[in-house]
Amino acid sequence: MSTRLAKQGRLIDRSKQIDFTFNGKRMQGYAGDSLASALLANDQMMMGRSFKYHRPRGVVAAGSEEPNALMQLGSGDRYEPNQRATTTELFSGLTAKSQNHWPSLEFDVLSINNKLSRFLTAGFYYKMFIHPRPLWKHVYEPIIRKSAGLGEAPDNELKDPDTYEHFYFFADVVVIGGGVAGLQAAKAAAESGAKVLVLEENKHWGGRASVDGGTIDGEEPEVWIEKTLDALRGMNNVTLRDRCMASGVYDHGYVLGYERLTDHAPGQGGPRHRLWRIRTKQIVTATGAIERPLSFAGNDVPGVMLAAAMRDYVVNWGVTPGQKVVVATNNDDAYRTALALHEAGVEVVRVVDARETGGGALMEAVREKGIRVELGRAIAKVKDGPRVTKVAICAQNGEGGAQEEVEADAVAMSGGWSPVVHLWSHCGGKLNWDKEHAFFRPDPARPPLGDNGTGFVIATGAANGNLGLGAVLEDAAAAGSQAAEAAGFPAKAVASAKGVSEAETAMEAVWLMPAKADIKLRMKSWLDYQNDVKVSDVQLAAREGYESVEHTKRYTTLGMATDQGKLSNINGLAILADSLNSEIPQVGTTTFRPPYHPISMGAIGGEARGEIFQPVRKTPIYDWNDANGADWEPVGQWRRPFAYTRSGESRHDAVNREVKNTRENLGLLDASTLGKLIVKGPDAGKFLDMMYTNMMSTLKIGKCRYGLMCSENGFLSDDGVVARIDEDTWLCHTTTGGAESIHAHMEEWLQTEWWDWKVYVANVTEQYAQVAVVGPKARKVLEKLNAQAGGGMDLGKDALPFMEWRDGQIGGFDARAYRISFSGELSYEIAVAASEGQAFWDALMEAGKEFNVMPYGTETLHILRAEKGFIMIGDETDGTVIPQDLNLQWALSKKKEDYLGKRAHLRSHMADPDRWKLVGLETTDGSVLPDGAYARGNGVNANGQQNVIGRVTSTYYSATLGRGIAMGLVKHGPKRMGEVIEFPGTDGTIYKAKIVDPVFYDKEGEKQNV
Amino acid sequence: MLILECPYCGVKAEETELGAGGEAHLKRYGPGSDDDQFHDYLFMRENPKGVHFERWRHSNGCGKWFHAARCTMTMEVFGTYSAQTYEPPQEIKDKITAKRPGWSWREFSDASE
Amino acid sequence: MSNPVTATNGAQFAGIATVADAGLQGMITLRGDLSSSVLQAAVKAATGAAVPAQRKIEISDNGAAAWMSPDELLLLVPYEQAVAKTAELAEALKGEHALAANVSDARSFLSIAGEGARETLAKIAPVDLSAEAFKPGDFRRSRTAQVAAAFWLQKDGSFRVVCFRSVGAYMFNLLSASAHPQSAVGVYTA
Repeated sequence: MSTRLAKQGRLIDRSKQIDFTFNGKRMQGYAGDSLASALLANDQMMMGRSFKYHRPRGVVAAGSEEPNALMQLGSGDRYEPNQRATTTELFSGLTAKSQNHWPSLEFDVLSINNKLSRFLTAGFYYKMFIHPRPLWKHVYEPIIRKSAGLGEAPDNELKDPDTYEHFYFFADVVVIGGGVAGLQAAKAAAESGAKVLVLEENKHWGGRASVDGGTIDGEEPEVWIEKTLDALRGMNNVTLRDRCMASGVYDHGYVLGYERLTDHAPGQGGPRHRLWRIRTKQIVTATGAIERPLSFAGNDVPGVMLAAAMRDYVVNWGVTPGQKVVVATNNDDAYRTALALHEAGVEVVRVVDARETGGGALMEAVREKGIRVELGRAIAKVKDGPRVTKVAICAQNGEGGAQEEVEADAVAMSGGWSPVVHLWSHCGGKLNWDKEHAFFRPDPARPPLGDNGTGFVIATGAANGNLGLGAVLEDAAAAGSQAAEAAGFPAKAVASAKGVSEAETAMEAVWLMPAKADIKLRMKSWLDYQNDVKVSDVQLAAREGYESVEHTKRYTTLGMATDQGKLSNINGLAILADSLNSEIPQVGTTTFRPPYHPISMGAIGGEARGEIFQPVRKTPIYDWNDANGADWEPVGQWRRPFAYTRSGESRHDAVNREVKNTRENLGLLDASTLGKLIVKGPDAGKFLDMMYTNMMSTLKIGKCRYGLMCSENGFLSDDGVVARIDEDTWLCHTTTGGAESIHAHMEEWLQTEWWDWKVYVANVTEQYAQVAVVGPKARKVLEKLNAQAGGGMDLGKDALPFMEWRDGQIGGFDARAYRISFSGELSYEIAVAASEGQAFWDALMEAGKEFNVMPYGTETLHILRAEKGFIMIGDETDGTVIPQDLNLQWALSKKKEDYLGKRAHLRSHMADPDRWKLVGLETTDGSVLPDGAYARGNGVNANGQQNVIGRVTSTYYSATLGRGIAMGLVKHGPKRMGEVIEFPGTDGTIYKAKIVDPVFYDKEGEKQNV
Repeated sequence: MLILECPYCGVKAEETELGAGGEAHLKRYGPGSDDDQFHDYLFMRENPKGVHFERWRHSNGCGKWFHAARCTMTMEVFGTYSAQTYEPPQEIKDKITAKRPGWSWREFSDASE
Repeated sequence: MSNPVTATNGAQFAGIATVADAGLQGMITLRGDLSSSVLQAAVKAATGAAVPAQRKIEISDNGAAAWMSPDELLLLVPYEQAVAKTAELAEALKGEHALAANVSDARSFLSIAGEGARETLAKIAPVDLSAEAFKPGDFRRSRTAQVAAAFWLQKDGSFRVVCFRSVGAYMFNLLSASAHPQSAVGVYTA
């Protein structure tokens, strides 16, 4: 059984007991425990079931590389699946549930998959489910969704109550990893004067050194760690962050740090996670190394664990995973575990060393304790079950015969160490194969390159392939100085601390235990616990032709998902290389991708949630609109009222009321969102002649002109009314969505093509609140306001004629009035200072009462313009429509030699007489055509699809006319007036519509010109 | 995520402050050009693995367009320069030559060749 | 006749920093040749401030001039004088190629004050806001979360932030979220 030891546990505080629950069972741990160590202390070795075969699984590691112990944490709105028990700090009230089983961890129905495992080999899903197709959706997918996967998805009705944030930080040197190498490197870099940030994923600094022993500068590592931390804390150019994992390294020195602020104390307030968005000149990766499992049959039975992890549990948390332990190794380091266990009073049944000649001083130390060490031996298999009970031992150099069986309840395995090269590799750092240590190590000659073309990542310590304290510290001091120098600080040789640890003899690569294990054993030898990939799967993939390591990865799922090759990588590559009769460096490694360890979606989203999920642009009249029935419609980031609904009124009724009232009385439109650009300078006229298809330079001061803009491709991009303000100043109105883009478009041409032209553009869109005062009584209400104020600008027919503008006062407000109309009615668009917009609107609403004033929304705006046959950018245009399609030839200047789009209109496809052209459409029964419907033509096209001859671009119910009206683009449309064409609807109805003139109302334009 | 120094305001801006604007040094063809010239101007773009010249705009900054010379493979930035020029400055061409001898891009190339 | 109001109408929030509507502020966009002595004199007359160096703001007793781009300044004047000052500038620059536009009402103007001011802003802008890198008188246009903004540091350690009026409420809420009382990062002190 696994239990808490009487002594030991450098990280726990035995005076602080903590209650938590696991699968509903109440358990106790201590402050400083991880969830994994606390579970082990409660004899809870089995922590989950595997992904594919639902095999019982226990904890294998003690850090973020843990593949098995994935938990569902919390409940309700703080529930989260797939959290590692090893990286979860224990807190009072923590609730954890194991996952991937039903109905319970101990009894799981789908563990039948384990019995079927010889059918569920690599590629099984690909082969099995590809035919017949219909079965996929209704049979296979639901079954797979139920059986595969990890934790349950959170309830989609619940909202995460926590908040998250980002933080931008700039450094000269970022040191990733707060072990002794990281601290030494940070110190060296900081002493050169560089601004240093050190990121440590755990709460505790110092990494493995305190567990692994040795001395630094003649003292226990712990002493040096504390001293160094104190020194670093005293330097104002150093920032230390714990619980902050570097999750990825990206181009040009960009690093993401994932800081877990309240995971260990949920609900304490403040953000839960903070994503550090760091830009640095140099990065030192001091990310240590990860121990590799050994591939023997039953290496996934709960109780089989990495040797160093077992040592961590004993030394750091005072728990032992078993009472009788077998240690299996191919290197000297695992002997430290045997010693730690022995010292804690745990029986070490055997040390099984695959090497014929065994180890050095550490092995001798173990033998001196009376522990039996067997050389050239291997674990043949661990007996299947929910817990280690028996271990069979055989010769390493054999097929697994002649076994000796021993009783044990835990196995510590060590297949050697792999430097954590992930962060080195994320941005392209290359690796070399180190045959002596059987691992990939960073190649300092091929680092990731920064914006200046030189390397910006330096790997150090164990992450750089150094084993042994002395080498680690020396390498780290050099790395720190080198990083500071590369970041532009004067070179300074910094003396390294002196590390001394036990000398070790060479390890020996062992990729399979025993070396010639038969197929039955190989089918129980796991390479990747998290994805349930076995030795036999990789061999099968190789046999089936998946020779590229990237293909094998995808075929078998080896090293995918959150494992990212942490535990599985090298062992898998070695098996693949062996199957291909190749060498590991030739086979190569898969790509390491960020994040190193999963990070929360909340951290990625940061502050962007709720009210500030995205910016909502508000006009000065927004609050009034909101309080007066506005049914909001998003227009870009703006919110505009679609209609103002009254109590008990439907949207449709509201729109009809607004349309009729505007035609008969008086309507007000909040038009503040329309873009307003000032274009000024001696060359402004010439410039606008290039921007617009029609002539703007000839516009007279005080007058307005409707203009069209095309892209260089000839397609319509924007339209609006242009006003000439003075000799060298124009004011251009754009569409609501066009203000920023047309401003940018103008600047682009001015800065990059005609940079010698003297023109300045300023975007003054938001300076004004603009109100369209529309309807037969529009003049009356404005004149009433002026009368009330004792004077104001003359708004009479002759003083301010149609398509002109004036500056002056209206109702006491400084205003600019444009006599323009997008409705066909008598209409003024009045611009006042945005800060006075609400007051002006209020004055209009008050004065307008006697004229039956009503505000109207965007739908009414659309209907009014459609009744008049006015086009709308984004309805009649979609980026493929040219002015000629919309019968707007009149707006294409023939006098101008050039304007944007002119050359494009000469291209053969643009001049094609078969292009669809704008017409009006009237259904034969008065109904409303479906938006976007296509008109049916004769026959089928080359793909056997129904030919089409047109489509609906705008369609509305016109309350004015009491029937549906529409506009559309129809092949040869203007020549087919009176013809009835058919529009099949998605509901199966065939709509019949007659082609008519697109101007449905007041064809002579008498109403606007009064 | 790239950083590029805006030559107008001197800010080493990260990509979220910038807008990408495609290939640099395009020559505009308008009325009077033949179909091939106009077609190439509208649609034909370089897509090199290596030295490339691009337009960028400091859109969340000073708003100015500028040019950048960089390597699309290693992300190395050889330099940024004014948008108001028809060709890369000699200094930047020299820098590229030093680092990528024998380079060529459209009508520009290693002058020492 | 008017009772002009800002988009955030006097709002305030206190957390690791105090975020507040900085009220109505006269603002004039001035585009022109910044090296022209005529323009420099006009700027001085309008604001009392000299034409600022790249990415700087020059602050005088009743105005300021901020560097927006190589051919653009943002001039700060008292709100009530913005219209008149814009006209005066236009008059003074008549012979020059220049554009002066009153944008006082097109903007929201906020302040961030207190110990956590730097951190509040550093959570939303990709700018080095450490004391070594960003000093009083420094002016920067950048991105704050999802909108463009300009900000500078006052002598008293507080920031002023300018953004479009339409996103004033967003900016206030954004800054308030950044200034959450339990969200001090602990790397920048005032």
